[in-house]
Amino acid sequence: MSVLAYIESTKGIIKKNAFEIVSYSSALAKQLGIELIVLSINVDDNSELSKYGATRIVKVLNPELDNFDAKITGNVIAQVAKDINATHIVISSSVDSKYMAPLLTIDLEAGYLSNVVELPSNLNPFTVKRTSFTNKAFCDASIVSDIKIIGLSSNAFGIIENESTLSEEVYNPSLLQKNITLKSTEKISGKISIADADVVVSGGRGLKGPENWNLVEDLADTLGAATACSKPVSDMGWRPHSEHVGQTGKPVATNLYIAIGISGAIQHLAGINSSKVKVVINNDPEAPFFKAADYGVVGDAFDVVPRLNEKLKAFKAQNS
Amino acid sequence: MKILVCISHVPDTTSKINFSDDNKMFDNQGVQFVINPNDEFGLTRAMWFKEKQNATVDVINVGSSVTEPTLRKALAIGADKAIRIDSEPIDGFFVAKQISDYITSNPYDLIIAGRESIDYNGAMVPGLIAGLTKMNFITNCTNLEIENNFATLEREIDGGKEILTCNLPLIIGGQKGLVEESDLRIPNMRGIMQARQKPLDVIPCSDLDSKTKSIKFQKPAPREEVKLVSSDNLDQLIEMLHNEAKVL
Ligand SMILES: Cc1cc2nc3c(=O)[nH]c(=O)nc-3n(C[C@H](O)[C@H](O)[C@H](O)COP(=O)(O)OP(=O)(O)OC[C@H]3O[C@@H](n4cnc5c(N)ncnc54)[C@H](O)[C@@H]3O)c2cc1C
Repeated sequence: MSVLAYIESTKGIIKKNAFEIVSYSSALAKQLGIELIVLSINVDDNSELSKYGATRIVKVLNPELDNFDAKITGNVIAQVAKDINATHIVISSSVDSKYMAPLLTIDLEAGYLSNVVELPSNLNPFTVKRTSFTNKAFCDASIVSDIKIIGLSSNAFGIIENESTLSEEVYNPSLLQKNITLKSTEKISGKISIADADVVVSGGRGLKGPENWNLVEDLADTLGAATACSKPVSDMGWRPHSEHVGQTGKPVATNLYIAIGISGAIQHLAGINSSKVKVVINNDPEAPFFKAADYGVVGDAFDVVPRLNEKLKAFKAQNS
Repeated sequence: MKILVCISHVPDTTSKINFSDDNKMFDNQGVQFVINPNDEFGLTRAMWFKEKQNATVDVINVGSSVTEPTLRKALAIGADKAIRIDSEPIDGFFVAKQISDYITSNPYDLIIAGRESIDYNGAMVPGLIAGLTKMNFITNCTNLEIENNFATLEREIDGGKEILTCNLPLIIGGQKGLVEESDLRIPNMRGIMQARQKPLDVIPCSDLDSKTKSIKFQKPAPREEVKLVSSDNLDQLIEMLHNEAKVL
């Protein structure tokens, strides 16, 4: 019996969410009293994972796996899981992992829960807390099958340092036939994605028009943040759909979410609620967002945001 | 082309979420139910296939009779036939197993589901169906074109998108982008009248297998009052974000 943590990488570099996955998995393995094994695909140097409790790495190195294919990657994880007799598999909530998870679930005849936010509260039946109703509620749910797949919400558990010594072994899986062809990938270059960002700066209809988005972008630049927007802003074509966050857009679970000129409609809040700290800037003191935020500034965005940006630049210059 | 759209019956997005006194069940008192938004984008895309490429469009729901108005709405929007697999779903696997069993004996070229339902947010039903039936599968799908049994799709990824191609049969997890918000259709009187005459087949559920159980629900703890900072004192905001919230 063992816990298998699957970590993701881009172009050979471990993704940041891996540290949380390994921290959680290491704590889970301890709670279960079984070994933790970490699986990486096409990562040469896994040494950083030892800071978070990884002791044994299974490396798969195969250039054919460079382009993510949910079925093929899921099947590789299933092969490793069977080989090491994994009973618990931990994966992230990235778009790719959520795509792959149900296929892995069927491969292993497992049970899968997504959006898990804590370690199990009970081992028999295996019970964990997850978010549901797009963050309007939590649900304690149990997995009743022998093999359990846990999709960990990002930023829910956090990173726990736990220096360990690593041993590595290479695993050569067989690959399923490819049925889906990747034609092209378009990454918005030079920009941090909402999923990877520690800070997200988000703008709403209060910004009046796309020509004013420099306010959002300048602040995001200063903070190394991703930019996002409310739904009507993307529906009107002021911003690309990929920036739409909320119940019907992307979920946001960052450390800091700054909402500018967003009223705080229930559908918007649902999607961003799992962010740790929320700051709202709105000229209407009655805006519902003030009931959901940690910090608020009542004021005109066109006045407040540029001044805040200047002050933050000075702060960053001093503290770096 | 035969299309099946999976329809989840979910609380309207404005609903306040409450649970039964023992917190074991969702309390549907006073709650309006709608077609899951991600499924509605897919249903609308299916209507275009029907109108421009002569597809037939069936809709399916796994649920009890309370979901029938939602299925009738899908018929009023233009679906040809509805299927309800009569049961109280236990988890995503349960739903996926029912639909897989159905499509194994009633094959379709294209299955459209939503990337996730907005109630239980499992984000697994289309993928589980794909796993069970070995169909090609793409989720977070924001564009779909089909010519001669060959599909070209756009998938949203973290920080961008990718273009993929594959053969039918195919199952997708759809979302906004398949069609835009402004393309969604409100059923008209004629559609509503016609929907009453269209078939809504109720079939028994095939087995009761499930892998997970929802035990207890809980609402988030009430939050602390917002800390208001004067717009003349933005230094204080930075100080609080740095020292108190520790996010700067
Ligand atoms: C099925 C469904 C799904 C939905 N899903 C989502 C979703 O996923 N995400 C989402 O965001 N919405 C969603 N919505 C829409 C949601 O209900 C709101 O309409 C939307 O969030 C409002 O966007 P907004 O806050 O930008 O605009 P508004 O509600 O118009 O708010 C603008 C705010 O800006 C403030 N403002 C104006 N001028 C200034 C200024 N100069 N300085 C500072 N503040 C100013 C105003 O006081 C106001 O509070 C959904 C709706 C439905 C029906």
